[in-house]
Amino acid sequence: MGWYNKRLAKSLWVFHISGSPCNNCDIEILDLLTPRYDVERLGIKLVGSIRHADVLLVTGIFNQKIAPKIKKIYEQAPKPIFVVAVGTCVSSGCCFKESYNRVEKREEVIPIDMYIPGCPPKPESMIEAVVKLVGVLNG
Amino acid sequence: MKANKIPIGPFHPLLEEAEYFELTVDGETVVDIDMEIGWMHRGHEYISEMKTFTQSIYLVERICGICSTSHPIACVHAIEDIDNIEIPVRARYIRTLVGELERIHSHLLWLGLAGHFIGYDTLWMWAWKYREPVLEMFEIISGNRNHYGMMRVGGVAQDLDSAKVVELYKHLDMIEKKMVMISKAAKDDPVLKSRLKGVGVLSHEDAIAYCTVGPTSRASGVPGDVRLDEPTDAYDLVDFNRIVLQNGDVYDKLVVRVLETFESIKIVRQCLDKLTTVTGPVLNNVKEISPGEGIGRYEAPRGEVFHYIRSDGTNRPIRHKVRAPSYVNIPSFKASCKGIPIADALITLASVDPCYCCTERSLKIIDKNHDPCSFDLLKASREKTERIRREINAD
Repeated sequence: MGWYNKRLAKSLWVFHISGSPCNNCDIEILDLLTPRYDVERLGIKLVGSIRHADVLLVTGIFNQKIAPKIKKIYEQAPKPIFVVAVGTCVSSGCCFKESYNRVEKREEVIPIDMYIPGCPPKPESMIEAVVKLVGVLNG
Repeated sequence: MKANKIPIGPFHPLLEEAEYFELTVDGETVVDIDMEIGWMHRGHEYISEMKTFTQSIYLVERICGICSTSHPIACVHAIEDIDNIEIPVRARYIRTLVGELERIHSHLLWLGLAGHFIGYDTLWMWAWKYREPVLEMFEIISGNRNHYGMMRVGGVAQDLDSAKVVELYKHLDMIEKKMVMISKAAKDDPVLKSRLKGVGVLSHEDAIAYCTVGPTSRASGVPGDVRLDEPTDAYDLVDFNRIVLQNGDVYDKLVVRVLETFESIKIVRQCLDKLTTVTGPVLNNVKEISPGEGIGRYEAPRGEVFHYIRSDGTNRPIRHKVRAPSYVNIPSFKASCKGIPIADALITLASVDPCYCCTERSLKIIDKNHDPCSFDLLKASREKTERIRREINAD
């Protein structure tokens, strides 16, 4: 899929879902689109439907109720799709580790390609992650 | 006629959080609205019982990313209420400073999102552009853009030195100048006015009947504001006004938020003035919390947030109850959404600035075979009184 990925890397379209986060990562993701960081200059666009997306941003700890929905969204996505986990919640559970409502193995819900640590990650680190993803796609 | 149902969510491009609405429509008109929550439930109250008091401040900070200092303030108020802990004057000013800065950034965030929802993206970009300096101020104060970690039982975690205060003044002047511009653009814009005036009206009676709080109720003429009604921290030491409007439509909610932002800027300036003169420690060392229970209230950007903490003398709470403002504001959709065109439904839903992360605190399990309402609390309570009365009379 090398040739395909190279074309994909020119302009990544992003869809964002929140799987029970504290909302802060989602706001920082929206913040990326506003004039201070403006990722649209890098060809990155937030789209309204998963069927248009190349990259899926997920946040939060994935509670029991939302996990099947996230799985469904992932199944609807055109492949290849790259899943980027934003925030500490997805990677380690942050302070919700002891929660009774948390899905223990988030990798079993959807395969995750990239983790951005931070609570919430700074917009700069999200941009760096995207740049790294573009680098990987270009081979 | 069979009613049509329109599902919105749980993942909708306009909703940043996961929530589910079901609009029942008759043609173009919304007849009824139903909502389902629980997508964001993380079990804070349960986790909090496993954390120490200081750790649970960090935990409640992560209830919601936008009110991430309102919950800690209410939480420390609740813990301080158990032992009547006094906090130093300088710490009171810093608390109020952080709380009001949060109000500015939250209202700007809402203003931008409201513009985005009605297809006025210029307002979105402007509001969020000038929200960045507020986040920079937070970075100067606490080192973090969000989740500041400033609150402690008995004071605040960090002091502000005078060099920082000078920097904050510069940012604040800039924000005030830009806010004047944004408020002119938002309040006097003919498109916004005709789009939002008379839309999604929440009447004065409904605002009281649904127990709404915060800007949602203040736009409907209900003058509740915890900052003025029960001043804590430095709110009785600073001077500011209560913003109350009468119409209850989306436009009034917008104006309330814009005007409140100016009041917040006023409070922040007074706090900064005081921080240059008032000196002293910022943290009273609290060794232990005695058994007992306490409540804490704070006016979050969305309304009153309430925390209840019970302690048994150990270093962790045995019960921690959180009641967030959106919990009472969200049911008011039932009143405000009825009879409006479907194109206005989204901005009406957004107008109370709902925060689902705050709302979803408890989980209710309903057994389908069991009628959950069969136990009448009032009846049981009266029966017990009657029983006691009979026993006393028998003696």
